[in-house]
Amino acid sequence: MCKDCGCSITDHHHHHDDHPSHEHHHAHETLHHNPQLNDPKTISVITKILDKNDREAQHNRDHFESHGVLAINLMSSPGSGKTALLEKMADLAQFRFGVIEGDLETSRDADRIKAKGIAAYQIQTGSACHLDAFMVHKALHELPIAELDVCFIENVGNLVCPASYDVGAHLNIVLVSVPEGEDKIEKYPVMFRTADLILITKCDLLPHFDFDVARAKEAARKLKPGADILEISTKDDESIRKVIQWIEFKKSMRN
Amino acid sequence: MHEYSIVQALLEQCEHHAAANGASAVTKVVVKIGQYSGVEPHLLEVAFDTFKEHTVCSGAHFVMNLQPLVVECRSCGVRSTLERPHYLCPLCGSGDVRVDEGEEMYLMTLEMDG
Repeated sequence: MCKDCGCSITDHHHHHDDHPSHEHHHAHETLHHNPQLNDPKTISVITKILDKNDREAQHNRDHFESHGVLAINLMSSPGSGKTALLEKMADLAQFRFGVIEGDLETSRDADRIKAKGIAAYQIQTGSACHLDAFMVHKALHELPIAELDVCFIENVGNLVCPASYDVGAHLNIVLVSVPEGEDKIEKYPVMFRTADLILITKCDLLPHFDFDVARAKEAARKLKPGADILEISTKDDESIRKVIQWIEFKKSMRN
Repeated sequence: MHEYSIVQALLEQCEHHAAANGASAVTKVVVKIGQYSGVEPHLLEVAFDTFKEHTVCSGAHFVMNLQPLVVECRSCGVRSTLERPHYLCPLCGSGDVRVDEGEEMYLMTLEMDG
């Protein structure tokens, strides 16, 4: 390889002045026109594979911020109680919120939220197991964002794939329900590592399951020493109010 | 199975770099995959070999370097490689650690034909 310019032509010499030599130009011309002379070329790239998604995610975050909206990504396995939590918050929260729903099929979740008088937009991902920043970008233009304080992005129910995608939220809340078992935290470390708040849901069922809350907390804090953890049940309004307080606190720290 | 989506993003980047460098084919793709990036390396490889057909990477060799978790402790300043995802400094036990490596996925180098 040519040491002066990094090209792969070896049979040419550079003059020691600021102008590339005529011979060098000529050699490059030959390279360009004669494929026989082309050597493999190695380039160093060093870019995040999901760079394009990450840039779109930042764009979404900027968009939320320009309207003073706090965006929260809700993630868990299917059936952990993401939609039930949002329904309950519709009854109890003072802040105005909207919801972007992600599911493979149906608009059932968005319909449940709308029935509570909350603005919601359903993304149907088809077969995609997660939301990405581009899907969320399209959806956020379907919500009356200027009228909101908080926007929830209810991700596709899945403890694996959504963890790899920044969708442009400010905070992640990850739910694990009592019937799932506390071992889910250790089994899906990448997901629980993303959590700013972990919610142990369906705690009214604790007497019926061998869910060890202390072990769950210990496992979670090994993954994320600073994670906040709350035990909740939609049957217990006080526990939902704690989640609301957490969100209000986080929002007040950004205004 | 989000490996397919990740491979799509990777192939798009390869197409872009090949075009920018006037290359007709990519012969080798080197990636660095964090052990805790949320991707299953074997599935990523299968996805790459499946979806590279009819792209600039159709003949490309896929090289995957797995990156273990490396953290730097903010309390004692020591850098450690963690075998398990316990984000605590193995020396002083502090939970105040900064992750340096092991949670990201990078495209590192491309080898191309003219």
